[in-house]
Amino acid sequence: MTEAVDRTSPEKLLTPVLSAFWDEDESWTLDVYRAHGGYRGLAKALAMPPDDVIAYVKESGLRGRGGAGFPTGMKWQFIPQGDDKPHYLVVNADESEPGTCKDIPLLLANPHSLVEGIVIACHAIRSNHAFIYLRGEVVPVLRRLHAAVAEAYAAGYLGKGALGDGGDLDITVHAGAGAYICGEETALLDSLEGRRGQPRLRPPFPAVAGLYACPTVVNNVESIASVPAIMDRGKEWFRSMGSEKSPGFTLYSLSGHVARPGQYEAPLGITLRELLQLGGGCGRGTGSSSGRRAGPRPPCSPRSTSTSPSTTRASWAPGRCWAPRRSSASTKRRAWCGP
Amino acid sequence: MSAHETARGDVQLGIPPMPAPDYPPEVRTRLETDAAEVISRYPDSRSALLPLLHLVQSEEGHVTRTGMQFCADVLGLTTAEVTAVATFYSMYRRRPSGDYQVGVCTNTLCAVMGGDAIFGALREHLGVGNGETTADGKVTLEHIECNAACDFAPVLMVNWEFFDNQTIESAKRLVDDLRAGNEVIPTRGAPLCDFKQTARVLAGFPDQRPGSVEAGGSAGPASLVGLKLAKGERGPETVVSPRHPEVPHEEPVTTHASRHDAPQPSSASDPHHPAGPVTEGDES
Ligand SMILES: Cc1cc2nc3c(=O)[nH]c(=O)nc-3n(C[C@H](O)[C@H](O)[C@H](O)COP(=O)(O)O)c2cc1C
Ligand code: FES
Repeated sequence: MTEAVDRTSPEKLLTPVLSAFWDEDESWTLDVYRAHGGYRGLAKALAMPPDDVIAYVKESGLRGRGGAGFPTGMKWQFIPQGDDKPHYLVVNADESEPGTCKDIPLLLANPHSLVEGIVIACHAIRSNHAFIYLRGEVVPVLRRLHAAVAEAYAAGYLGKGALGDGGDLDITVHAGAGAYICGEETALLDSLEGRRGQPRLRPPFPAVAGLYACPTVVNNVESIASVPAIMDRGKEWFRSMGSEKSPGFTLYSLSGHVARPGQYEAPLGITLRELLQLGGGCGRGTGSSSGRRAGPRPPCSPRSTSTSPSTTRASWAPGRCWAPRRSSASTKRRAWCGP
Repeated sequence: MSAHETARGDVQLGIPPMPAPDYPPEVRTRLETDAAEVISRYPDSRSALLPLLHLVQSEEGHVTRTGMQFCADVLGLTTAEVTAVATFYSMYRRRPSGDYQVGVCTNTLCAVMGGDAIFGALREHLGVGNGETTADGKVTLEHIECNAACDFAPVLMVNWEFFDNQTIESAKRLVDDLRAGNEVIPTRGAPLCDFKQTARVLAGFPDQRPGSVEAGGSAGPASLVGLKLAKGERGPETVVSPRHPEVPHEEPVTTHASRHDAPQPSSASDPHHPAGPVTEGDES
């Protein structure tokens, strides 16, 4: 395993999908998005009955990217069908957990992946109104979302008849007002209802009584943004990456005293050691000997660096690194090095 | 409750003030038109409360009692209900503040990369404390929480535009320029407008300034490091190789390099819970 790591090049370890064209001019525009296959997945999804889309996403194995790693297709399946209530999709774009910084660059550079994912998800759960709850403190991202949603309306992906037989679809971009707790999905729903953002008791779960006490799916930005690529390139392609229980790709965030902090899109299951090697290792500019000789140490290495960071929350400091032993799958995929 | 917070006027004691004065009729009419548009975006009007508080903040630079009364009127709420919400969220200012809100991220990643030092230096440089405004009314200094830009640490936000990878020197220059009225360019985001205009965008009215969406480019450098590597563009050489002979790494875990490193539970200290690989079986 570790030998294989050394021989594997970044080209093979990394799999840019959502981030594939962030380096292009005006990557946030509809034209650039479409030039990279954008809105093809939507066409396929709209040609399928909603329940088939749910089944397809379920079979892809996509898990939520917001922290808990709940299977996305299963969450959609929980929405009661044939009830007479409106259904809502609420996208959690409240990213504020220290060290987690992937949704914000994703929305800045590629907001249409989210918009397309929303249309697919709304078709699947039979919803005619979606909300993007963006934390308020990121005005440049808000501008890009306003622009992307306006472009999608103009192109007919949103608005009257956007879902064909499923009817119209509206997206409301909603800016929060500064409250970390609103990242928690039920606090977010209270906040979106114009209240203080305080978590609700469960049950009832949002799938039964969410926004305005109606069936509601709350998903993270990246979860929804990953759906178009799955529809377009196929669940087998998606499952060819990552592990059996956590297939696919995801954005890893490296920050702190690492040579190259930033976003690394890679299959789930990449190891901490591989990520840190891609990041150029720990110790940038610390000026202290402890900083310079920082890096994965026991118990992180060598044995447990085969631990998948994608299935843990993990953090290192020189001579010290720990990974909570029993965290659930695909939680926050972030890592940092201490001084 | 510290004396400082009381001094900031966050809590009002004593006899409740008289009803808030109303907006001048023409202001009220204009705001009512805007409010109607905001309310129309939601199936339930109360959902418009957060955007409407941004809207009234865009009128006066902070959320006044007049503004809260206005929100209550158009939404059919009591002022108590509106106040409860307005006081919950950190982006609503409750007293007059500067044209430029300079927020220094002092959360974990920024703090270790220099954010604490920047905040301290700016406090001294400007002669104001957290939440206070310079005498010229230009700059309000604030420490802020993680702004989802940790890979650009340390980060400053001015009117919620990103100023990435700051230093003490660049931060001092930045506030000096703001006070002198010189143009400053965010690393990611649009040319600065004043706080009131920012609040209007937050209320959901798209920024109409030409070029404001394009400004700052597609992605910042840190957002692109993985993509560049994947394309075969090499960055600086890898620093750490656990098996590299020059890099000592096989020290026992029970020794820690610095006093600041409190011993963590490890497979050595806690043999019943070896920190083995998280297996597929652990997921579910
Ligand atoms: C305190 C707290 C903060 C959270 N913050 C976020 C957040 O910023 N973004 C997010 O997507 N999920 C956050 N979550 C998780 C959400 O509650 C929810 O599980 C998630 O949005 C579901 O989306 P997913 O299934 O697509 O992952 C937070 C949870 C808690 C308890
Ligand atoms: S800690 Fe400062 S942006 Fe995350």
